[in-house]
Amino acid sequence: MHTSLAVRDRNTLGTLQDFLKSLLEKGIVEALLVPMRTPAGGISPALVMDPKLLSEADPFAPVLPVNGATLAGQLSVREPRVKVGVILRSCELRALVELSKVQQANLSSLVTISVDCAGTYSVPNYQRAISSNQKHASNSWQKLFRLATDTPGQPDPSLRSACKICEQPVYEDADIIIELHGTDFEQEIGLTTTDELSAKLGMAPTQGNDRAIVMDKLVKARSALRDSEFAAIRSRLEGAEGINGVFVSCIRCHNCMTVCPICYCKTCVFKSAVFDHEPMQYVNWAKQKGALRMPADTMLFHLTRLNHMVLSCVGCGMCTEACPTELPVGIVFRAIGQRIQSVFEYAPGRNPEEKLPLITFKADEWTEVGE
Amino acid sequence: MTDETFEPKIIAFLCNWCTYTGADLAGTSRLQYPPNVRIIRLMCSGAVDPIYVLKADLAGADGILIGGCHPGDCHYQEGNYKARRRVVTMKEILKNAGFDEERIWLRWISASEGQRFAETIREMTAALKEKGPNPMKSTWAV
Repeated sequence: MHTSLAVRDRNTLGTLQDFLKSLLEKGIVEALLVPMRTPAGGISPALVMDPKLLSEADPFAPVLPVNGATLAGQLSVREPRVKVGVILRSCELRALVELSKVQQANLSSLVTISVDCAGTYSVPNYQRAISSNQKHASNSWQKLFRLATDTPGQPDPSLRSACKICEQPVYEDADIIIELHGTDFEQEIGLTTTDELSAKLGMAPTQGNDRAIVMDKLVKARSALRDSEFAAIRSRLEGAEGINGVFVSCIRCHNCMTVCPICYCKTCVFKSAVFDHEPMQYVNWAKQKGALRMPADTMLFHLTRLNHMVLSCVGCGMCTEACPTELPVGIVFRAIGQRIQSVFEYAPGRNPEEKLPLITFKADEWTEVGE
Repeated sequence: MTDETFEPKIIAFLCNWCTYTGADLAGTSRLQYPPNVRIIRLMCSGAVDPIYVLKADLAGADGILIGGCHPGDCHYQEGNYKARRRVVTMKEILKNAGFDEERIWLRWISASEGQRFAETIREMTAALKEKGPNPMKSTWAV
């Protein structure tokens, strides 16, 4: 059912905070996972149980310190569970769906609350903006939403690179959808929810908004930007440079894997004793080719990670943010991922019931690959 | 590029129940085939993690053969069907990352097909001779 929250005193965030409080007070959820303003002025996700503290909640702050899918997984993976409302952006919800398919999250104990996104800044950029102008920085989401409507093909250049080419800024399959795109958010916040929840919340249906029109333009513009980024990275990957050249300055710190919401293994094989080689092993490898790049197995790490997770890659770009040598990890994974995903007609995060391509099969497919 | 002196090195990951037994049959039947293959036995083609294949490729193996039971004959019901999807994924990734995915072969060879195993190795050795050495053999920065 589509409904809306009337914004009081043009205070959109305050109105949303009141709504979140009502979710706790009416017992719809027992706790909320929500981005909070920390006393130091930054943004951090927190599990909130005291409704009073929600006056510090800020799901609109345009920054994504971690992909919250991992956190929602931690809150739901094992019994006993409590009903937790998780306020997440589209890329986080799509990652959460992927985690549920590998039993690393349990959607039935979560109330998923999707909040429209107009892009996020890197944590350092956001921190800098906060320290120079607290009031302006915390309201910068308004500027981003206006830009997304007025000039969808020209996103704020200082957004994270993944956000500038994001063609899925909203997630439509959540239990509650908080809509900002296509709404006059100084007057009202759009809200789509199940009939059961809206009855519990005592909300009445309202007219639709311009969201569909705005989204259509935004998705087209962002898809075009994405495709030109894909073309640029593909010409490097498929050219003389190859993936080897693109990842030439990788120091194998594993940050990309650590922050990846899809890489859920508790002990990655690359961190295990399998890669504790004997000194003579390195010497033998160096003898074979005349030299051995060290740290060793750098390309093996990236190619293996591609094979293990790229079908589920949602393009959140956390990997790019975490890379200390500023490698374009995210765009490489997205560009290659798109090709593999289309081979299997698979879209990560689309549907929790859809099976991961590598755990299922048809007897009569790709008969030309295995002869 | 055909190099007369070039002898390709093939790493073969063979399933215990079909292709490995087929290779064994080729041996006990005294069938001749090129000595270019190094065999690694696994319980199932479905147990071939991409990391094994990628390691061999990056280390400079000229060809990689994954051998399993014919579709429908897997000892574990569906391991070979899953192996096929994994190989499709792996080849697509390698192709998009600038590697030559045609160095990876997936073949179904049963325990009674010693002849077919020998023929596959002959065929693969010839194809790889035609292709030339894996450029990874002389690429240290990987």
